[in-house]
Amino acid sequence: MAIIEVKNLVKIYKTGDIELRALNDVSFKIERGEFVCVMGPSGSGKSTMMNILGCLDVASSGSYELDGINVKTQNRAELADVRNHKLGFVFQGFNLLPKVDAVENVELPLLYRGVASAKRRKAAVEALERVGLGQRLHHRPSQMSGGQQQRVAIARAIVGRAPIILADEPTGNLDTKTTVEIMNIFTELHKEGITVILVTHEPDIATWSERVLRFRDGQLIADEAAPKGVQLDNEVKPEDI
Amino acid sequence: MEIIKTALRSLLGNRTRSILTMLGIIIGVGAVITMVAIGRGAAQQVEGFVAGFGSNLIIVFPAPPNSSGARGAAGSGATLTLDDSNAIANESFSIQNVAPEANGSAQVIYGNSNWSTSFTGSTPEILNVRNLEIEQGACFSDADVRSAAKVCVLGPTVVKELFGYADPIDAVIRIRNIPFRVVGVLKAKGANSFGQDQDDVIFLPITTAQRRLVRFGTRVDSVRRINVQARDRDSLTAAQDEVKAILRQRHKLTEGVPDDFNIRDLTEALENAESSAEVMSILLGAVASISLLVGGIGIMNIMLVSVSERTREIGIRMAVGARPSNVRVQFLTEAVVLSLLGGAIGIASGVGISKAITEFIKWPTLISPESILIAVGFSAAVGVFFGFWPAYKASRLDPIDALRTE
Ligand SMILES: Nc1ncnc2c1ncn2[C@@H]1O[C@H](COP(=O)(O)OP(=O)(O)OP(=O)(O)O)[C@@H](O)[C@H]1O
Ligand SMILES: [Mg+2]
Repeated sequence: MAIIEVKNLVKIYKTGDIELRALNDVSFKIERGEFVCVMGPSGSGKSTMMNILGCLDVASSGSYELDGINVKTQNRAELADVRNHKLGFVFQGFNLLPKVDAVENVELPLLYRGVASAKRRKAAVEALERVGLGQRLHHRPSQMSGGQQQRVAIARAIVGRAPIILADEPTGNLDTKTTVEIMNIFTELHKEGITVILVTHEPDIATWSERVLRFRDGQLIADEAAPKGVQLDNEVKPEDI
Repeated sequence: MEIIKTALRSLLGNRTRSILTMLGIIIGVGAVITMVAIGRGAAQQVEGFVAGFGSNLIIVFPAPPNSSGARGAAGSGATLTLDDSNAIANESFSIQNVAPEANGSAQVIYGNSNWSTSFTGSTPEILNVRNLEIEQGACFSDADVRSAAKVCVLGPTVVKELFGYADPIDAVIRIRNIPFRVVGVLKAKGANSFGQDQDDVIFLPITTAQRRLVRFGTRVDSVRRINVQARDRDSLTAAQDEVKAILRQRHKLTEGVPDDFNIRDLTEALENAESSAEVMSILLGAVASISLLVGGIGIMNIMLVSVSERTREIGIRMAVGARPSNVRVQFLTEAVVLSLLGGAIGIASGVGISKAITEFIKWPTLISPESILIAVGFSAAVGVFFGFWPAYKASRLDPIDALRTE
């Protein structure tokens, strides 16, 4: 069974009298363990799609089933639990809590899962070590570079062992070297069987994935295999840099 | 625990604002505690007065000379005598104790020690009337009163000043140079609510006092006042009527001639004072509660600001799985911690101010545990009540909208 299945999804934004169809009749399935890129020009509805997939926003119509759960039937608290257990979200703007350090940022999903403090800390440290930030446990976001902050955000997305990672332009603000580091982490997660869905503008990035969903004007215009680019940097690990 | 830690950290992150917000609660709680303490202090002073006198007490005074034409004509300064007192004791049905008083102050000497104190000549009933007990020895007897014996009962302060730690019983002291044998010592009572030492006293038979130590007006047997203790609360009115009738008859006052004495119902007077002290407590407390309310509104205001400022934080928390209830509890906890902290500081300052008032203005205050408990409960309630709306608002935010705000 597909881990994600959307059917005839429509999202309408109303700004005054103007109705804008940010998503227009979108349907697709994603199987467990896939590595999918979402591409398309600016304003084509990629973020809108991701926010709905991430249960942060709700569609105007159409259906969305996540791991067998019909999202529409869930109330606010249940949606929070779905986000907590099933999803890890990585934002372009990191969205870390500015006043607490890396460990506490990463602990957050486990806090709301009711995990005891010591266990939480251990899992957070492990997740940070995985993304290569074992040395930056107690830095606050403001004391870290963009790449480091994004790695904290990834650690936060994986700390709860969620089966799905959603990333909306996770490398949008980062330089090439850092982008490679981040993409390596996603590739690794994918290899572990986690479903990774990633929004990007850059065709280069798409070559890391298996499948590309192309959007234009709120419509899914293509669902194709990822381009086989020359992935020179593919095997570069963060610690090599 | 976790939640409280998070709340504290968030409050510490905005220290100035937190303190300013708490100020409202601090002032409110401080005011409640201080005001109630002042009110209670007044009430306690009255209560102490009652305890010092015994209950159901009526006091009969001679009328002041200028207030009674009849007596002015009679040409006498004093209208109450020992015989009046005895008549009341013998003829009234509604009374329990009658203790006439003839008092004054005197220098007392024992060996090399001397001490200036006040003495009261009375009957043994004075102990009941004044709520006194004998610690050592005995009170002088009715026979001593009849024979005008030169015996006395000393308060502990007098004993300490004259005898130190020596045994005073059967020692002979000199009051205005007249030798008196000490027959008893009173139990210590301490200072009354006006700060007077109730132990710095000497009691002796009224007859002895009249003949050797004091004189009012022209008659040897006149007394300063007569304390009459009614049998119980219900007999008070009857006792007053009886006393009045007996005295009028004895003083041969015909119909229409005003009394040449005054009867004071001490119990009633004290009850009035007590209830007005009570009313004062309530009024002061009510006024202070208003400032607590204002403090609560301050908290609500700041929490609302805080929620809108931290919308993004709320969005982040929701995105990683915080339920609406988690968010609500977080903000509610902050409000409650804020108000409880303010409450604690308010209690401390209220207690401090009350103590200072007693210390410097000499106004009695009484900090009751209940008022502290109420203050704590009230400030927690203020936190919950005024924190709820902001917390609810926070919990109703849409995660995506919250994340989009800058
Ligand atoms: N909250 C909103 N209210 C009104 N219109 C919105 C809102 N969010 C997005 N839109 C509109 O919906 C359309 C799709 O926006 P979306 O953010 O999904 O695009 P995108 O593909 O992510 O673009 P980009 O690549 O620039 O991030 C755009 O036309 C945008 O203006
Ligand atoms: Mg976007």
